[in-house]
Amino acid sequence: MAISKVMGSEIEYGITVKGDPDFDPISSCVLLVNAYREDHAGEILWDYEQENPLADARGFMVDGEKYTPNQQENIARNKTLVNGARYYVDHAHPEYSCPEVTTARELVVHEKAGERILEASRREANALLPAGSQMLLYKNNSDRKGNSYGAHENYLMDRRTSFKQVVEHLMPFFVSRQVYCGAGKVGSENRSQPCDYQISQRADFFETEVALDTMVKRPIINTRDEPHANREKYRRLHVIVGDANLSEFTIYLRSGVTALVLSMIEDGAIKKTLALRDPVRAIKEVSHDTSCRKAIALENGQKLTAVQLQLEYLEMAQQYLSGRDVDDETRDVVEKWGEVLASLERDPMELASRIDWVMKLSLIESFMERKSLDWDAPQVQMLDLQYHDLRPDKGLYYMLERQGRAERVAGDEEIAAAITKPPEGTRAYFRGECLRRYGSAVFGVNWDSISFNVDDEPIRRIMMEEPLKGSRAHVEELLKNSPTAADLVKNLRA
Amino acid sequence: MEVLIGKKTCGDTELRPLYGAADSTQKKAPTKKGGDGDESGDGEGGQKLAEKGKQLKEEMDALVDEIDEVLEENAEEFVKNYVQRGGQ
Repeated sequence: MAISKVMGSEIEYGITVKGDPDFDPISSCVLLVNAYREDHAGEILWDYEQENPLADARGFMVDGEKYTPNQQENIARNKTLVNGARYYVDHAHPEYSCPEVTTARELVVHEKAGERILEASRREANALLPAGSQMLLYKNNSDRKGNSYGAHENYLMDRRTSFKQVVEHLMPFFVSRQVYCGAGKVGSENRSQPCDYQISQRADFFETEVALDTMVKRPIINTRDEPHANREKYRRLHVIVGDANLSEFTIYLRSGVTALVLSMIEDGAIKKTLALRDPVRAIKEVSHDTSCRKAIALENGQKLTAVQLQLEYLEMAQQYLSGRDVDDETRDVVEKWGEVLASLERDPMELASRIDWVMKLSLIESFMERKSLDWDAPQVQMLDLQYHDLRPDKGLYYMLERQGRAERVAGDEEIAAAITKPPEGTRAYFRGECLRRYGSAVFGVNWDSISFNVDDEPIRRIMMEEPLKGSRAHVEELLKNSPTAADLVKNLRA
Repeated sequence: MEVLIGKKTCGDTELRPLYGAADSTQKKAPTKKGGDGDESGDGEGGQKLAEKGKQLKEEMDALVDEIDEVLEENAEEFVKNYVQRGGQ
């Protein structure tokens, strides 16, 4: 039986300072992240001891140097928030890793809360910049000049499922799912075939099938093996092939369908072999075909379109779920998946309020038509970039949303609440509540641990190796009986 | 045992309708059917979606004026200057 798909997203944002010819991304990121103020968040360390980005899921360790910043740098670059998220500086980008959730709908709420947190800190940071300079943030994946930054997803998996199986069944799924997950891009880059517009922001950057790297020679399937949980029981699939999505509907479908397919892999429910002849080539072919009609080659000689490949997965999902006790969200995800694939087969433009790449394309085409512009026009490239702008009054996605042209999944109120409230169904609840209640006594945090500095005692690290434990149901009583951090530590040791 | 994805909802809210009521101008979502995904998308539902798509395209023209107001000035320079260091 498949395990519960605890999941999250890790978004790196584009950053620039308009009006500053000497713009430095790293110091701008540090300014941005520190401009976001929560009580005590300024003094808590990120616990790098628990990190191991060099472990490979295929069962070996890769040589390399593990990054461990000094204490001052650590605090300046890392903020753990009371909603259970990590907001930090990753290389030259601000990154928001949302707290662990158990449903696709919660993921939408928390990823969206992340956008608002970055926008709030952007406004604060701007107040500190010289007049005439303005910091701007973009939730996208490319500068269209060959530089890409990631929007990663993570899903908890059962370690007993062989990684070979995961690779085999996910490859055709990842190559084809972009038809409903892509965020759209004007033109191409990284030496891929020229085109006017393509489905995915990221497809041009994938150069190999399976590997550990995330920054060079990017693989379709990433093998980073950092479960951030009990290593014997779990793996955490680190998905780097996706785009940064703005559309709530797209985020919902992307996460919901991917989680379901992973459960199917765990339960041995992918019966067909859909292996592709050349996945690296296919991922670009699919991205470059906005008609969604061109077929790609399978290893067995068959040719299928990306939509047909997805229909194969949908059919297997329906078989998998028939006769099972299916929860409401999964049922809804499957229904919408079917609707979207049917639209893609008829006319992708039907999805102009649902799927990011179609929303953006429809907006750009309308503009081009009225203004008699072609694809090379700077305004067209500007529209592409500005779709992802985090400013509510300037971002074109938000404009569509305001006008009722973006199908919503979450409500504004619950997104606003998620800025300061952790999800209740995972250990993120315990992490967030500890920060809220005992912030001044928290010494360090990682996904699977939290350590306290109380009285004159040595630092006490509490391990959270079970992502589903530490939920509200699990720890509410404990927290209620622990007025101080010292009480909490005492109660946990009792 | 859990079934696939847990049933917990966010916060202390109950299951809400999928399309939040936050925006009253929002387009009506396609009617939810009880059955599996394979029956949706054809027939009535599909036609509705097609009409909706067409309508959206027409309405998009009205949007161009608003885009005009918010689009960054000096697009050419702006786009040229947007250079990022590679990330993950």
